[in-house]
Amino acid sequence: MYRYDEFDAKMVRERAEQFRYQVERRIKGELTEDEFKPLRLKNGLYLQLHSYMLRIAVPYGTLAQRQMRQLAFIARKYDRGYGHFTTRTNMQFHWPRLKDVPDILHHLADVEMHCIQTSGNCVRNVTADHFAGAIAGELEDPRPISEIIRQYSSFHPEFNYLPRKFKIAVSATKEDRAAVKWHDIGIEIIKNDAGEIGYRVFVGGGMGRTPYVALEIGHFVSKTDILAYIEAILRVYNEYGRRDNIHKARVKILVHQLGADEFRRQVEVEFAEIKKTGTLQLPPEELKRIEAYFAPPAFEDLPDESPEFDAAVKADKDFANWAKTNLTPHRARGYAIATISLKNIGMTTGDISADQMDGVAQIMDDFGFTEVRVSHEQNLVFPHVRKKDLPAVFARLKALDLATANAGLITDIICCPGLDYCDLANARSIPISMAIQKRFADLERQHDLGEIKIKMSGCINACGHHHAGHIGILGVDKKGVEFYQIQLGGSGAEDASVGEIMGPGFGKDEIVDAIERVVDAYVKLREPGERLLDTYRRVGMTPFKNMVYREQMHAAY
Amino acid sequence: MPLIKDGKFVQDRFIFIPDGQAFPDDGGVMVTFDRFQSECATLIAHHRPLGVRLAASQNPEVLKDDLANIDAIALEFPIFRDGRAFSWARMLRQRFGYKGEIRAVGHFLYDQLAFMMRVGFDAFDVRQDFRIEEFDRAMREMTYVYQPSTDGRKTVMQIRRGE
Repeated sequence: MYRYDEFDAKMVRERAEQFRYQVERRIKGELTEDEFKPLRLKNGLYLQLHSYMLRIAVPYGTLAQRQMRQLAFIARKYDRGYGHFTTRTNMQFHWPRLKDVPDILHHLADVEMHCIQTSGNCVRNVTADHFAGAIAGELEDPRPISEIIRQYSSFHPEFNYLPRKFKIAVSATKEDRAAVKWHDIGIEIIKNDAGEIGYRVFVGGGMGRTPYVALEIGHFVSKTDILAYIEAILRVYNEYGRRDNIHKARVKILVHQLGADEFRRQVEVEFAEIKKTGTLQLPPEELKRIEAYFAPPAFEDLPDESPEFDAAVKADKDFANWAKTNLTPHRARGYAIATISLKNIGMTTGDISADQMDGVAQIMDDFGFTEVRVSHEQNLVFPHVRKKDLPAVFARLKALDLATANAGLITDIICCPGLDYCDLANARSIPISMAIQKRFADLERQHDLGEIKIKMSGCINACGHHHAGHIGILGVDKKGVEFYQIQLGGSGAEDASVGEIMGPGFGKDEIVDAIERVVDAYVKLREPGERLLDTYRRVGMTPFKNMVYREQMHAAY
Repeated sequence: MPLIKDGKFVQDRFIFIPDGQAFPDDGGVMVTFDRFQSECATLIAHHRPLGVRLAASQNPEVLKDDLANIDAIALEFPIFRDGRAFSWARMLRQRFGYKGEIRAVGHFLYDQLAFMMRVGFDAFDVRQDFRIEEFDRAMREMTYVYQPSTDGRKTVMQIRRGE
């Protein structure tokens, strides 16, 4: 993985001191809270319901064990012994004290980490496919270009005061695990007819109260041009994105208002001007240099089959279940990609204790893994596991309470912190998510239901990606009472779509039953091999709606 | 308001004349774009040095044919969070090759000075209590830069490549 050189290292150190000075001035009253707020946000520091919250960048979701251990150390020393992985693959600590934050930044700098631009109206942490470098069918690892974009966008003097936040994601396979079309800029690595690798650039995706799937703006941007192209997009946005209404300030509004053709035209004008200066052309040798950091480990020449693995599947039902859902085929023979679910039944989605972090790091040491990934679905991933090691790795994960066999299943719920932590939220999401997990805890039933992505947000800001859920749940406040709306048909994958609202919302005591009726409707309606999303796309909303609301009416009598 | 130019406090050569007010007999003036447009010839002939002040919503492209006659352009920050002027400054320097003064006016923070210098501002209309040491400090906070801008500083990538 990427290693800082003296320049990167100095940047994060100086950033920590810069922030210390900002905190000092705030404490002395030289900065008003209004002035301090955007400054602290650019450093990932929020003021929430109960305390400050610090968001740490995990660029393209890749962590080394020393970084995981440092997060555990910070969790113990400055927080309450746990942290939370987010849908942008970052880590959040919910209980740090303001005065400690500059010191935490130095602890992060010790392991080449930072909080730069994890919030605020600037380019945020760049995310990428969490199976990068391991999955078959990948044109190339999406992380080198992500790292180049990370550097390019860090402390960008022109684009640190954009109309609104700006998120970039990169994917390199036909299947999209990075939800690129839901980002302000989504980059898909593609190959053109001439066999050259370049980038397809989508712009204007986003959740929030006005959900949009991004439009294709750049059909094929060459490798050397990509930074200039991003700069052109950012400049058009900085100049013409709306600043009069925070709800209309994201680039998605500008793009969808102008339409793809006009937005593209404006970008092309800027792009041509930027290219004239020549300063943003990416030298191929520089890309190669960064790529070298991400070279895959030397894979052993292993047979496809592993007797150890096969024996464990036969002997241990838990392992067999886990293997069925949490393993993904690896491009190298004899290897697998293992997903570590952070969705234990009854636990807060994405939460991980300091002991678990240390435990994961220890597994990495013991099995020779050099990195672990964070997925936007709030799980962890060991990208390169020898199949023969899987039973032992599973046993170790089980001892850490990290062996839940539900990746991609109905209990693998994406969920925001909701009203339990967040001062923007209208409703609680964690307890609802837990109740749904409990309702569907039966593993056999989960397997029968197959892939169902439930995504839940406690408010319209959609941090829990409810617009992209096969089943989306949105918490709303109706005259002081928490209500939950159901959406169906959303997708965050290559077939990205915005979910459709089913009908009137449900109270907190009704929502789990309603979700179960949706699922039962699917079971009645499905044809062999269909996922819930497929069935919904085939039959539409009405049959689902009829079954969900009719039964509710019957129940009322 | 005190003016910092090229890193030092300097005497302001311009007086801002609000629309509708008469010009002084001599000395430099700064006017709005509307005023400049309507009285362009007189201004260029009789009032030097001459400055034009643009609102955050005004693309400086509107001045591109007159840049040779304009000694300073003030770009306004209605509030420090409004970052349009960062792009305008850079466009003036890089695209239109403007060599005159680019002045930041309005509401901006210490914490933005280094970015402003990078994109092409060279003059800052600062708060009454601003200390020059603060300006020096702001310029020293970060040693390296990752991206090219109008200041021509070497980027980390260029240094790595031995350029």
